[in-house]
Amino acid sequence: METRELTCVVCPAGCKITVTLNDGKVTDVTGQTCPRGKTYAVSEVTHPVRTLTTTVLLEGAANGARTLPVKTNRPLSKGLLFAAMEELTGYTVTAPVAVGDVLVKDFMEPGVDLVACKTVK
Amino acid sequence: MHKKLIVIGGGPAGLAAAVSAVENGLSPEDICILERDSEPGGILNQCIHAGFGLHRFGEELTGPEYAGRYIEMAKAAGLNITVNAMVLSLTEDKKVTYVSPETGYVTCSADAVILAMGCRERTRGALNIPGSRPAGIFTAGTAQRYVNMEGYMPGKRVVILGSGDIGLIMARRMTLEGAKVLCVCELMPYSGGLARNIVQCLEDFDIPLYLSHTVTAIGGKDRVESVTVAQVDENRKPIPGTEVTYDCDTLLLSVGLIPENELTRGAGVPIDRMTNGAFVNQNRETETEGIYACGNVLHVHDLVDFVSEEAAIAGRAAAERILGKNAPAVHSVAVKTGFGVRYTVPERIDIPAEPTEEVRLFFRVTDIYKKVRLTVTDDRGNVLVKKTKSAVAPGEMESLSLSGDVLKALTDAKCEFITVALEVL
Repeated sequence: METRELTCVVCPAGCKITVTLNDGKVTDVTGQTCPRGKTYAVSEVTHPVRTLTTTVLLEGAANGARTLPVKTNRPLSKGLLFAAMEELTGYTVTAPVAVGDVLVKDFMEPGVDLVACKTVK
Repeated sequence: MHKKLIVIGGGPAGLAAAVSAVENGLSPEDICILERDSEPGGILNQCIHAGFGLHRFGEELTGPEYAGRYIEMAKAAGLNITVNAMVLSLTEDKKVTYVSPETGYVTCSADAVILAMGCRERTRGALNIPGSRPAGIFTAGTAQRYVNMEGYMPGKRVVILGSGDIGLIMARRMTLEGAKVLCVCELMPYSGGLARNIVQCLEDFDIPLYLSHTVTAIGGKDRVESVTVAQVDENRKPIPGTEVTYDCDTLLLSVGLIPENELTRGAGVPIDRMTNGAFVNQNRETETEGIYACGNVLHVHDLVDFVSEEAAIAGRAAAERILGKNAPAVHSVAVKTGFGVRYTVPERIDIPAEPTEEVRLFFRVTDIYKKVRLTVTDDRGNVLVKKTKSAVAPGEMESLSLSGDVLKALTDAKCEFITVALEVL
């Protein structure tokens, strides 16, 4: 039996969650105030994930903007964050681009796409 | 030139206020939104991290996405946003003077003005950190703009002073972009940032957070070469002998935000020393008739979602006033702060003859407290509303609502003031 104390990062409330593990399997989750907290806690002790938000280079923007904000549309394995940043070094998008446009399908992991966060003409 | 409504600022507050004014009957052609940057959206444009919109839209958006939603809503409402327009002055009789490359120097009068200029960061000058004045000292928001919008890295080895959310977010951002963040120091014994940001911005990257620590010296002549950090005692004075010097090229400051009220002061609008924003009533109308204020220019908010909510109140009230639909007040009640409460917004409630809507009082506590009762009492000590909380902190806005019936009773009793206070249980 092992217990882990977590701070939920799903929303600004930041609930303190206690997860009980037995042989690596989650047996109990307490302290969360919503169902998303439980999902987060189980994920955090078994396979932690984070949404990556960053910027990529932008060319051809009418207003002269040099960068485009982007994010992964689903959380990425936490261990892949730095590899993902490496992967995007020098990656350039040409305007126009619309918010929600998929820039890279299956980015780093199957089912996780890199999407634009802003409309640029 | 004359407009019925001028909104100063095209960030989240200004956009939400203008959209709300249209929703409440004002024609979009009668509204002028003035934005000094080249695009609307305000500070959200550089806040590329996620975490916005959980209350307002029920999903987690990045700053540019949240701004984009409101820009689309403004477009759909038929609103026109004048960008590159810097407002130079505002007068008590609601004359706004601005300059822009397209229009030159323009003076425009209005029936109502909504102040939505936001806030700015406290700088090194406000902290009195001794040492020379090398390059490499930035406010966290300036560094955020460089990295996220201009595409420049401000430095490679970084110390961050202040554990507010912007400082925490920038610790992660600089780390992901390849910098080494040596530590985050916080003067207070607790962090000013959200717990989730301590986890996902610091703990995820093994960045140490030193509470009750401050920067006591900055070394380097042309560029920052070192930063000295020391522990502070309970009076926030550095303790000799606890100094640690870090070799670094950058110091980021995340040490508080100040509502940007130069225009407000210029118009002679009275300012609350506790919020650094105008005194307002529940409609967010200042003490100068027809001038409203909302968002971070009024008081610094925790979440943009609450800025949008507040701006919608101001937008609606301004539209109702212009259209002659506002119910005149028959009685005014001052809102005072009692034990444990630093400030309230609004500071005054103007009660109409038939109050039907509840009024929500927002306030911040002075310190971290466990197990408290939050109360609003009338001038005779009767408790009007109360709620208990397991914990409160200065970084988290609290609120209590007064119903229309309670407001009516206050009028009938000729109550002069009500008090918001905290009681430790």
